[in-house]
Amino acid sequence: MFLFATEAVETFEVSHWLFDYAFLIPAIMAGSFLITLFFGKRLGGQVHWIGVTAVSICFFLALATGFTWISQIESGGVEHAEASGLELAASSTGEFATEASGEGGEVEGKPAAVVNSLCWFDTGEAPNNNCDDLSAPKAVGIGTLIDGQSVLLLIVVTFISLLVHIFSTDYVSGDRRYTHYFAFLSLFTAAMLFMVLSSSTLQLIVGWELVGVCSFALIGHWWEEKANSDAALKAFLTNRVGDIGLLVGMSILFFAAGRTFDIQTINEAAVNGDISQGTLTVASLSLMAAVMSKSGQFVLHTWLPDAMAGPTPVSALIHAATMVVAGIYLIGRLYPVFWFGLSIPGSSINAMALIGGITVVGGGLLAFVQNDIKKVLAYSTVSQLGYMVMALGMGAWTAAMFHLFTHAIFKACLFLGAGALSHACHHSFDMKAEMGGLRKLMPKTFVTFMIATGALIGLFPLAGFWSKDEILVGAGAFPGTGGNGDYTIPLVFGLLGAALTAAYMTRVIMLVFFGEYRGHDHPHDPGPRMMIPLQVLAGLAVVAGLINMPTEWVGDTIGLKFEHWVEPGGGKVFPLISHASASPAMAILATLIGVVAIYFTYEYYRRLFAKNPRATEVTGGLRDHNKFARAGHTMLVQKYYLDHLYTDVIAAGTKGPLARAIYWFNQNVIDNVINYTGKGAVFGGQFLYRFIDQGLIDGSVNGSGLSALSSGGFLRKMQSGKIRNYATLMFGAATLLAAVFILAV
Amino acid sequence: MFLNQFLLFSALLFCIGVYGVLTRKNGVLVLMSIELILNAVNVNMVAFGAFNDDISGQVFALFIIAVAAAEVGVGLAIVLLIYRNRRSIDVSEADLLQG
Repeated sequence: MFLFATEAVETFEVSHWLFDYAFLIPAIMAGSFLITLFFGKRLGGQVHWIGVTAVSICFFLALATGFTWISQIESGGVEHAEASGLELAASSTGEFATEASGEGGEVEGKPAAVVNSLCWFDTGEAPNNNCDDLSAPKAVGIGTLIDGQSVLLLIVVTFISLLVHIFSTDYVSGDRRYTHYFAFLSLFTAAMLFMVLSSSTLQLIVGWELVGVCSFALIGHWWEEKANSDAALKAFLTNRVGDIGLLVGMSILFFAAGRTFDIQTINEAAVNGDISQGTLTVASLSLMAAVMSKSGQFVLHTWLPDAMAGPTPVSALIHAATMVVAGIYLIGRLYPVFWFGLSIPGSSINAMALIGGITVVGGGLLAFVQNDIKKVLAYSTVSQLGYMVMALGMGAWTAAMFHLFTHAIFKACLFLGAGALSHACHHSFDMKAEMGGLRKLMPKTFVTFMIATGALIGLFPLAGFWSKDEILVGAGAFPGTGGNGDYTIPLVFGLLGAALTAAYMTRVIMLVFFGEYRGHDHPHDPGPRMMIPLQVLAGLAVVAGLINMPTEWVGDTIGLKFEHWVEPGGGKVFPLISHASASPAMAILATLIGVVAIYFTYEYYRRLFAKNPRATEVTGGLRDHNKFARAGHTMLVQKYYLDHLYTDVIAAGTKGPLARAIYWFNQNVIDNVINYTGKGAVFGGQFLYRFIDQGLIDGSVNGSGLSALSSGGFLRKMQSGKIRNYATLMFGAATLLAAVFILAV
Repeated sequence: MFLNQFLLFSALLFCIGVYGVLTRKNGVLVLMSIELILNAVNVNMVAFGAFNDDISGQVFALFIIAVAAAEVGVGLAIVLLIYRNRRSIDVSEADLLQG
């Protein structure tokens, strides 16, 4: 299975009506949004049925699309299927591929993406209507692009959205803006699906901004509290910074790829080397800004923890499982651009890997000083997104996508679990003040939370183990793993991140579920509408990793299925990347690091609880008698002072001098311009009044009036009112005319 | 020679009609003079029709007679209204349209 290919992988055509009608999936959710918004008030507390029904339909459509995609891959596309007598998709051509009939069994190559586009608009200039050929320059298409990646995202988004919809019916019931909540959930799902299906970069930008708007609206769902609306603004504005990069990058690609927005064409141009290295680097760096802001990479991650001000199911859906992976999706979608743009050939230096690595460790460290369970999970999300970006930077595309998939499942489970905990504990997320000892009070939630935590830490055989292990071997630095180069520094960051993840999650488990209950409520497991989504997600967190087990360990039949189904064939619209091979030593090392971290954290809290079951941290510990430890802690509590940097230094720094400069400019330049303009206008006005207005215009007006008067006075004499005169005139004129006719003709 | 007599007759009739329109004060006589003009035209139509051996001249004459009947109907009604308002049908007095 491991391809160290140097030439393009064979591709074959696949088709099915489900691929052609994939646009229905976002359309259904958009319809659900409109119906909820306009007719939702009449349904009152039952409004969620619209969204739940719509998203269920979408989920089943997405699943059907996924299964069709898989079966077409397994059978080798339309022609192959017909040749082998399988009734999968009816091809109208009816040509039996004779050359294929001899083959059987193993299918070579990868399926080509299925693109269905309509002409959105034609940018003109060309002699023909470019809408006839959407890959031609100057035509902008809007449509769907079905390949492994978009099918994967379709399933993930609709699935998590369905569970979040169900969870929300209980969690936000009785909310004052219940209708709006579900309307925005629908809009978000529609926008996200629209984005992952987009066939042109322009369409992708539209979807990207739409999910941003939904994120803004849902973070600020309870906007009556200043903190919430501030968080919404912060998320929106931080994302704007990245969006500038998105616009710049996409514009560069538009011109570099020959004036086209078509994603496949851009990818092809990047693979074929039609775009120069310098242009690609600039474009991918600009796009990287967008990725950093949307997917919470250092240093634009600061909005993500604050985004936890929104309702918890929203955090699970938008700020953990789906929207924040939009950046990962963007890199994956335009992978040739990022891969050729940001990696230096022959070296193991890659900007993505570096940014991702820093994010893994930076986010993980910040998770330690948070008392709010959702914020811990938010920093954990930042850190895990760092893993994905890092993997993409090292050429481990499939590992990144696989981690995206498993992370969506277990992180949604953790967030919804945190929601269930808060629902039971006085609607607080404070682990130290309101939680503790919940293991016995909420046993079912405890089990699901433990499974999801295990998956996040990467314990065998839970989902996270397989995906994180693939990222770590993808670094290629560990002996015997191959890959695209020796990414030693990212590997170190990855292992460090694994240890941090294990430690901060153990801290959460210990503070929430062990010790003694510190709140003033009577916590109990939530009702079925919240419990069932948690259990479904926990169940999947156990088995989801099994679809991409290394072939070295389990053989070809069940190994690396995910890679087989999702990764596009290299060489045409995807770079030729090498795949690392699994290494048992690597897996054991990573697991050992995790277990050691868990052990130390566990011991810390076990000793603490042994002394005082209600305590939450050691008094007189390292921090109190070591200056450096204290400084480090303060640094973390202050979130590396990034917020101060942004608001106090950058914003305030530009605010003060900028205001003064503008004042000076206003007083000296603009005022003078206005004064002289005014004086000039007065002078000009007087000139106009005296000569043009009084002389020319008034003169001509008076003159025309006067001439009308005198000619009228003359002509009125003809109007005697006497019939006889009129008759005389008429006969005279007729005689005259007759004379003219006779003489002239 | 055959046609000339009719044309001369018609021209005479036309001139009498024009003279009547221009000189008569009585509204009814003015209308009668207009009838004379129209009949002068009729004579022309019929004469040319006969001369060219073409029936359309007579058809036009019939149309003119019908139109003249309608015109006289309207004209007499106007004269009647003028009489009701002024107790006179002297058209030289009806000069309200003077500018």
